[in-house]
Amino acid sequence: MWFKNVLLGVFVLFSLIGCSGQKLETKPTINIWHWMTDRDPAFQELAKKYEALTGVRVNFELYAPSDAYSQKIRAAAQGTNLPDVFGILGEKRDFASFIRAGHILDITPYMEANNNNWKNNFFPKALAVNEFASGNSYGINPGIFGVPIDIMTIQMVYNKKLFSQLGLNPNRPPKTFQEFLDIGVKIKAAGMQGLVSGWGEVWMIDCLANNYAFNIMGKDKVLATIKGEVPYTDPDWIKVFSIFKQMQESGILAKGLVTMINKSAEQIFANEKAVFAFNGSWCVNVYKGMNPGLEYGAMLPPEASNQYPIAIWGGAGSSFMVNARSKSKEESVKFLTWLTAQDQQAYLAQATNNLPANKDSLTKIPEILAQFARGMDYATHPNVWGVSEFSLVIEAFDRGIQSIIIGEKSPEQVADEVQKIKDREMAKKRAR
Amino acid sequence: MKIKDTLENYTFILPAVTIFSVFYIIPFIWVFQLGLFDWDGISFTKVFVGLQNFKEVFLQDRNWWQSMWNASYITLIAITLQNILAFMLAWACDREIKMKNFYRVIFFIPPVLSEVVVGMVWRFIINDIDGANIINRTLTGMGFANLAHNWLSDPNTALTTVAIVHCWKGFGWGFLIFLAGLQTIPRELYEAARVDGASAWQSFKKITLPLMIPVMVLVAILTVLGTMQVFVLIVSLVGGEFAGHTSVPVLRILASMRGSSRFGYACAQGITFGMVLVAISFIQYRFSKKGQ
Repeated sequence: MWFKNVLLGVFVLFSLIGCSGQKLETKPTINIWHWMTDRDPAFQELAKKYEALTGVRVNFELYAPSDAYSQKIRAAAQGTNLPDVFGILGEKRDFASFIRAGHILDITPYMEANNNNWKNNFFPKALAVNEFASGNSYGINPGIFGVPIDIMTIQMVYNKKLFSQLGLNPNRPPKTFQEFLDIGVKIKAAGMQGLVSGWGEVWMIDCLANNYAFNIMGKDKVLATIKGEVPYTDPDWIKVFSIFKQMQESGILAKGLVTMINKSAEQIFANEKAVFAFNGSWCVNVYKGMNPGLEYGAMLPPEASNQYPIAIWGGAGSSFMVNARSKSKEESVKFLTWLTAQDQQAYLAQATNNLPANKDSLTKIPEILAQFARGMDYATHPNVWGVSEFSLVIEAFDRGIQSIIIGEKSPEQVADEVQKIKDREMAKKRAR
Repeated sequence: MKIKDTLENYTFILPAVTIFSVFYIIPFIWVFQLGLFDWDGISFTKVFVGLQNFKEVFLQDRNWWQSMWNASYITLIAITLQNILAFMLAWACDREIKMKNFYRVIFFIPPVLSEVVVGMVWRFIINDIDGANIINRTLTGMGFANLAHNWLSDPNTALTTVAIVHCWKGFGWGFLIFLAGLQTIPRELYEAARVDGASAWQSFKKITLPLMIPVMVLVAILTVLGTMQVFVLIVSLVGGEFAGHTSVPVLRILASMRGSSRFGYACAQGITFGMVLVAISFIQYRFSKKGQ
């Protein structure tokens, strides 16, 4: 009886508390998914600072490797279970699909508030990757849909010590393609390895080929090719394909380059076994971890033509998007505004050796990173071109270059094969 | 009484049927259904294209059939080289030899290693600039310097090198199953044969081989199913498809899903691939039945 009374009393007490209408004041939690293993400790540190400052808890969840992350994001999109903030890995086409499905918030109003206050913080090229211009081929309403966290450029790096051993000036990297090829002959004669890169993973081949396409025929003709107005069998494209043949013949390319993954390429360059590497600005952090004493410099790919300037891939390295269905949209935008402010960006740059997206945070970065940052003047990216090539054409293009490097096909053969696939895809598109 | 028995029987198999349906049959139907759509894997809308994706897989996708050919080549080497080696080693370990338990453990180490690790280790063994170049050094040391070259980046040797590494990784499974099979053969049969004057070869031919046929079929089916789906080892050994020379069906499916965002097409490829595997297994099974 006594026990029953106590139990009843507790029940009545809880019921009264429940009906009291007292609201529990809780600050929201912002959930962020990302794949950047190297940046996770810095993100966690910033999350702690933000919580101390505002009381809002930010929960960074790391899902690596990037392939697994990519699949997780797609699965979550299907189940409308995306977190408040997330990043998208993939091409602009995928970005557009996420927007079309209503997963991403248009942050233009926030960016443009108070006389573009937030927008003006960023490198314009970093923002361009997250922007859809009016009349874009993806059918997306014009606007800014992502917040760049850092920027990157993909350039060449060279080992200064090996340069000296070859009798070259370590402070004067090659400027022209012919000078580059001549160094290849010296490298071969010295029994060294020339250029290393992750060309087994193909997309970096595509990157260098596009650099030279811009250099040889200019942006307009490259875009005209993507639109189907210029064929890949055009003599200028044959010149682009021939670049790889010339490199192979000169001895500038390292052995086994076509099956090399970028991690191996980074290891080889960091261990001073290769004279050149083609890599993104993220390599500064990687090389520092592998060999802190490595002496190297960054350089633009040597120009093959003086008709047009060389272009390199660059822009936003990684970006965060706000979930349009999130209940914490406003809080998420506030956090991203804070994260991309000068101090936080400077901290991220120092802690992770990545280039900050905020242009006012470039002070105090190491010289090698500054060299990569200067490359932003030459930066372009497929995501800002407004048109995109068919994925099957890109695949045939990259595979074809691999075949040229291994001496299996000629530049003309590859051009012909790529154009056939382009014609087929164009016909399919017209039929739709 | 009969109805009660029938109901009872169905009740017993109900959990298994449910699990099989939920995890195998329904996903298969679902994947087939997705194969009839043009879908990027993100949008909520899918465009119905009928059998267009399947038509493209069968009639237009040369890369797909090249990948099937490459996987078949690796499988052929696995079925022959890998399984013969596994059978011979199992046969040796089944006999009274010294340290047989030690060998059993050693032979079973490769299968339990991760494919990524195996790929990285073999890449290190084979490659020169990012590895120890052991193969080429050995060849040069033996006076065959002219044979030394880039095994993984030469289109003529890349696939065979991948196949051999795959055999090294996979022979332990076959070894284990063959050994288990050999141990089920009654010893009395061998003793009787010896009393009748049969030689070791005759015992092997007349007793071991016929009794091992069901095990061989099982190992062959498992080898085909396992090898046709190889891809992790290829990625860690050669970084990917290497101008199509090391392309395999799973890599093609991944390329369609991730590279091209063509989920519908990737599903059509997956279904086609699954049907091919089922057909091969069925043929093998029928063959073994006839053989028996």
